[in-house]
Amino acid sequence: MDDRMHRAAHRIQGRSAAPGIALGPLVRLAPVEHGVRQYRSAAEGRQALLDALAASQEDLSALAHQAGDDEAEAILAFQIALLEDDSLIAPALARIDVGDGANQAWSAAIDPEIASYDAAEDPYFRARASDFRDLRDRVLRHLAGETDQIVPPGVILAADDMPPSTFLATDWQDGGLVLRRGSPSSHVAILARSRGVPMIVGVDVDHLEDGADALLDADAGLLIVDPDANMRASFDQRRAEQSKARQAAASFSGPALTTTGELVRVMINVTGLAELEGLDPAHVDGIGLMRTEFLFQGREKLPTEEEQYQIYKRMLEWAAGRPVTIRTLDAGGDKPIAGLTQPGEMNPFLGVRGVRLSLRRLDVFREQLRALARAAVAGNLKVMIPMVTVPEELDRCRTLLEQALEELRREGLEAQLPPLGMMVEVPAAALTIEDFNADFFSIGSNDLIQYVAATSRDEPQLADLARPSRAVFNLVRHVVNYADSCGREASLCGDLAGDPAQVATLLDQGLRIFSVTPGAVGPVKAAIARYSGSAA
Amino acid sequence: MRHEVGLHARPSVKLTKLAKGFQSRIDLGLSPDGPWIDAKSIVKVMATKAPKDSTIYFRAEGADAKAALEALVTLVDGDFQDGR
Repeated sequence: MDDRMHRAAHRIQGRSAAPGIALGPLVRLAPVEHGVRQYRSAAEGRQALLDALAASQEDLSALAHQAGDDEAEAILAFQIALLEDDSLIAPALARIDVGDGANQAWSAAIDPEIASYDAAEDPYFRARASDFRDLRDRVLRHLAGETDQIVPPGVILAADDMPPSTFLATDWQDGGLVLRRGSPSSHVAILARSRGVPMIVGVDVDHLEDGADALLDADAGLLIVDPDANMRASFDQRRAEQSKARQAAASFSGPALTTTGELVRVMINVTGLAELEGLDPAHVDGIGLMRTEFLFQGREKLPTEEEQYQIYKRMLEWAAGRPVTIRTLDAGGDKPIAGLTQPGEMNPFLGVRGVRLSLRRLDVFREQLRALARAAVAGNLKVMIPMVTVPEELDRCRTLLEQALEELRREGLEAQLPPLGMMVEVPAAALTIEDFNADFFSIGSNDLIQYVAATSRDEPQLADLARPSRAVFNLVRHVVNYADSCGREASLCGDLAGDPAQVATLLDQGLRIFSVTPGAVGPVKAAIARYSGSAA
Repeated sequence: MRHEVGLHARPSVKLTKLAKGFQSRIDLGLSPDGPWIDAKSIVKVMATKAPKDSTIYFRAEGADAKAALEALVTLVDGDFQDGR
């Protein structure tokens, strides 16, 4: 596509948060400037608000009914309870009585709550602002007569931000998502990647025209408004290629072989049991990364050993003998956990996160290691430690794991020692990889890239620097070569592995184990099948 | 009465639901001298943003005040466990 030839088309550069392309009308999810209705009397306004509250309550009850999981239900129950609270409703009704419109009155009643949670010090309470916002907007939608934001499939949604609940309630068939806020590491981005929804962030959505045709090229982080015929044609072609690739991918249930017949293992990254539903374990070579942060986030209590054990065990049962690599808690950085991570760090990405935090919160870490040692009996479990910087950290983890095992055996509980490996995401560790007593290595490209380039993943202006560079590939090669030389496994589990365009370069470095989001398994296997060997 | 979790969403929902089951007027405070807020209001209970290990005080007035206090203290002392 040539810029100069198509001046009418308007290109907006954002940042890719989930790959893919989409073409469709733009739908602005407005930050609620819903038509302000005029009511003939205060009584009519009151009734309108009461109706909107009742309708919202019905929505939420229905959602809670479908949610099926405990955490989502709890969040929805909280919103329902807020709707039943007179201390929110009475002031709103009082404002209507003195002449305010219903939506104005409702906003005036709830906005101070939102502001107070936004300002809360505790990250848990701060996050609750989004619940209040969600609720405010739901009621306002009802007041405006928009019964619910039923978005037709095949549109490109543009919004300031999007709560995960909204994402999950949306039909994303052939659609895409454009956000101003959020980052590739936000929950919505993780959901988008695992469900194959193209998504970009960092776009000034205020200036987007509702209903305009748009082409979302999330691979390039680009939104093109009013694309011309050539752009559409090129989109159709890419779309056709992608759907062919997807079809090939869907039938790509067998092992991934390069054109020269070399076997490459493709495993999946998962964040919870829900993602495994509908996935056939026979189509993947195991779980290369199971994050455990989600067990700890958004809840009032840390998960108990027993709770963790049950979940780990179910993962292993799903995998039916295939390897399952579970990463110990990687909190901190962009993943704060109330009551666990250290608030107020100057630079959380360089702070007390990952294993650094675990080794300072031995109470929590020991419980997780005990749960893991118990689960190891149920299948092919591997335990991976995040953010390892020096060999001593891994040595301490190994000692703690052995102690946990000993303890369990003394208590008469069945347990065994799983292989203990490390994430390679700190450049210092990658450079001195031979010093580490790890049973296996897994390269975490997201953090490795940002640490190597000294560039935040969340800074749209520096997107160019945050791309995988030769420096990163050199480190990948170094780690893989070392692992090969001593007969250990090295995999790559960051977003880099799931990008079909990078597969050949990674294979060139000698990488033979990829761990990717479930949606990327097919495209990555297809890219592997096209690989005919290193140019060198 | 101390508790391990902080007055987060789920415990606050439980607490206010329980309080609403009684006819008495029930107040909650983070110190024995108040300020007191309505323990039946989730908005106000959450707004205390009580962190874990804070001490919560209750006072109740009405026909079933004693039963109400007992039930609330049991809930909080049990760290908001439900009777599952």
